Amino acid sequence: MSERDWPLWEVFVRAKRGLSHQHVGSLHAPDAEMALRNARDLYTRRSEGVSIWVVPAAAIVASSPDEKDAFFEPAGDKAYRHPTFYDIPDEVRHL
Amino acid sequence: MALGNIGLDLLGQARSLLSYAAEREDVGRTEDDLAFLRDERAFVNVQMVEHPNDDFAVTMARQLLFSTYQLGLYDRLQTSADETLAGVAAKAVKEVDYHRDHATKWVLRLGDGTEESHRRMQNGLDRMWPFVDELFAGDDLERALAGDGVAVDSAALRPEWDAYVDGVLSEATLERPTASWTGSGGRRGVHTEAFGYLLAEMQHLHRSHPGASW
Repeated sequence: MSERDWPLWEVFVRAKRGLSHQHVGSLHAPDAEMALRNARDLYTRRSEGVSIWVVPAAAIVASSPDEKDAFFEPAGDKAYRHPTFYDIPDEVRHL
Repeated sequence: MALGNIGLDLLGQARSLLSYAAEREDVGRTEDDLAFLRDERAFVNVQMVEHPNDDFAVTMARQLLFSTYQLGLYDRLQTSADETLAGVAAKAVKEVDYHRDHATKWVLRLGDGTEESHRRMQNGLDRMWPFVDELFAGDDLERALAGDGVAVDSAALRPEWDAYVDGVLSEATLERPTASWTGSGGRRGVHTEAFGYLLAEMQHLHRSHPGASW
């Protein structure tokens, strides 16, 4: 089996001070266990994170560029949806 | 990339140990002098680690056998009466834990993989097996230091080493080899042919440009 036959995995890493996992890249691996280890070796060798997710790229459902207008265009002119008209209390830290 | 990471972990461990050795020796030599200016016979490493990375399965076999030994060693050294050794061990034990996990995963996949990967993994084990006994041979100095609570009697590491390695081999459908000969003498400065080439590659830059820095 050559490496080209190995499935693609998307890698998400949560940084020590981060609140959520961020997509950092993708890699090929024969199975989930090896994908996790390859991700550790590739993406966290400079202390980038404290938690890793790997997801089979094939399991991700993506929006299509053809649907861009229908999906995202309608939100473009609705500035009133941004909560800029409210006073945000100081205690709310992660809004 | 994983092998590079493992190499850097081991280099870091070697640096800590060599600078401590230089400090204890106290004759003005540095970690660099010990690494780059000693000749072959002055190195007292086990022969298993001299084998070149010529085949991935051989490398994984060596990694499994050696890091299982290292893990037991560093685990016990954490409680050494020597604080510096205990400190080096406490850091190293986490690194080596990952090295062994990496090797284990690969040995399982190659051993219980295709016919070809199984054959090559078994071949890798067969080639490394003659160097296993030396890991646990020990010597009078080691036993004396172990008696003082400073070092670890490596013979005592064998039972748990056997249990772990046997477990991996059986899950990987590999056979535990029987060595037809046994390497020995590394601890007395007697090395395999490969070691000279390894040292030449490691030392030639330092020896060609003494004192160079960048």
